Amino acid sequence: MSENPVLLEVSHIKKYFDSGSGHWLKAVDDVSFSIHQGETLGLVGESGCGKTTCGRTIMGMYQKTAGLVRYRGQDVHALKGKALFAFRKDAQMIFQDPYASLDPRMTVSDIIGEGLDVHHLVRNRQERTKRIYELLDLVELNHEHANRFIHEFSGGQRQRIGIARALAVNPSFLVLDEPISALDVSIQAQVVNLLKKLQQEQGLTYLFIAHDLAMVKHISDRVAVMYLGKIVEITRSGELYAHPRHPYTAALLSAIPIPDPDVEAKRERGRIKLAGEVLSPIDPPPGCRFASRCPYATEICRQETPELTGEGDGHWVACYHQLNR
Amino acid sequence: MSDKLLKVDNLRVSYHTYAGEVQAVRGVSFELDEGETLALVGESGCGKSVTARSLMRLNKVPPAEIKAESRVLFQGENIYDFDQNRLRRYRGQDAAMIFQDAMAALNPTMTIGKQVAETLLHHQALSKKAAREQVRQLLQQVGISEPERRLRQYPHELSGGMRQRVMIAIAFANQPRLLIADEPTTALDVTIQAQIIDLMKQLQQIHKTAVIMITHDLGVVANLAQRIAVMYAGTIVERGSSREIFYHPRHPYTNMLLEAVPRLDQPEDKELASIAGTPPDLLNPPPGCPFCSRCRYCMDICLKQRPPVYQFEPDHQADCWLYALEKPAEDAPFTRRDDHE
Repeated sequence: MSENPVLLEVSHIKKYFDSGSGHWLKAVDDVSFSIHQGETLGLVGESGCGKTTCGRTIMGMYQKTAGLVRYRGQDVHALKGKALFAFRKDAQMIFQDPYASLDPRMTVSDIIGEGLDVHHLVRNRQERTKRIYELLDLVELNHEHANRFIHEFSGGQRQRIGIARALAVNPSFLVLDEPISALDVSIQAQVVNLLKKLQQEQGLTYLFIAHDLAMVKHISDRVAVMYLGKIVEITRSGELYAHPRHPYTAALLSAIPIPDPDVEAKRERGRIKLAGEVLSPIDPPPGCRFASRCPYATEICRQETPELTGEGDGHWVACYHQLNR
Repeated sequence: MSDKLLKVDNLRVSYHTYAGEVQAVRGVSFELDEGETLALVGESGCGKSVTARSLMRLNKVPPAEIKAESRVLFQGENIYDFDQNRLRRYRGQDAAMIFQDAMAALNPTMTIGKQVAETLLHHQALSKKAAREQVRQLLQQVGISEPERRLRQYPHELSGGMRQRVMIAIAFANQPRLLIADEPTTALDVTIQAQIIDLMKQLQQIHKTAVIMITHDLGVVANLAQRIAVMYAGTIVERGSSREIFYHPRHPYTNMLLEAVPRLDQPEDKELASIAGTPPDLLNPPPGCPFCSRCRYCMDICLKQRPPVYQFEPDHQADCWLYALEKPAEDAPFTRRDDHE
């Protein structure tokens, strides 16, 4: 995938929220990565680690505090007028909660058709209907669904409608913010298989945000692991699982149960048990954010913040005591 | 085998709504030995939580209706015949429950210490001072640091993982024989989930408590269940030992459920089995097999009649027509990983 040109480049992006009385919530703190065309980058982390804020800042939904986001070479946060309009068409977003992100008073055809109208992608009513039917076919829904309202659908169907809406304007980049977390296991597989199929057919580029590492590994080419506003490790998904170098990644992987009793019994002995809980992102202490829970932490970890470093093999880690070296 | 701790026999629970009668649980039966762990697995709406709540008589009647033939025998006594006094002793002392959402289950206007003490004082003759000391010990046992400070705090001052620990402390306060855990880790992050599961296992071993674990996460089940019951549309479609269910699933639904989840230890390019369609509407449950509309192996008879229980190993049953017919479908049974065992 890395031969393809870079589509999105995020460098040293920061997003702080003012939490009053001179305190700052550092939701995203100096995050850098790039996504190549046609690639899926998974962004994983536990709740509150800043992964959703990161996705939204990249899309220009939040004003950045510092840093630079380049999409096809252009600074996303400096876009205006026609260029911004074009970016909004080219980059689309799918949200976690399909109950909240679709208007309950619009029919499915209006939800999907809104983007078509705004961007003048169809010339007349017939063409509009034809395109909506095409999109419904694409996400494996029936044509009769077009005139129904959102409350008539199940969670999985709603998520498909959200996907059809995003695809209506022929985007090339999709930010998927926990698109399957609210769905049941059997429905998750349906949606993930659909997303994979669509990517292959249309050459889409995905930023897949989720907390389920097994699912992220399944869908992503590369995975970035976030902890308290920082990316701690980023590499190819197979490599991440086989040779995690950051102690947090290793602990996270070992905490995820595998649906196989024999494998679980074997893993039980080698399981890395993290004590304590995630610190607050409000005025975090200096040094590595993970130091308070890290079994390998030493003095330097508590004083200096490790930089994300790599050795040309595409495996980047921010840690003074890397594992599997 | 007469000393079963819990015996659930033909449990039927319906909810009366404006739209009609929702048959949430449609004839569930299972047994539980002392000290063992049974997992009730299923997707949302399959009736697993309703089943769990009826084991504590927590379903509000009406709108719920527990059908007359339903029996829940705890050490041989039907809990639906209990009077108020016996029921109060049953809840909290004989059996305890942990809920998914600890913030909703704890009282936001009472300190942690008071809430744990309440359970102790209700069931045991203790002085307030002795109760306080026990609360301190309990909190320590469930891994809450600085219990002296914590017991003066309110639920909103604790993190999700901490609150779940407090609920576990309350549940184990009177050393119950039976613990019902309804999705205890679903709302938690994985690293915290691992901590809570460890804690539950540890306490279960100390107190020899039997556990009914309600969950949709097959990974969690693999880690701690000895026996598994798979629920679908208000019925148990397959039950058996953990190894049997994971390595030799017999019901098409169980099989597909196992194939639908990605595993960390498998190559990424393996396609997930997706189950087309959605579960049936329990306002009008289908006359035949509830899974037939989504099943690859669906036959005519599946649409018309409820499937019979088919016995495989001594402790493995599935409700499916595929095995009852003289000539089963060609590619059934779906035994995965024959190299096992």
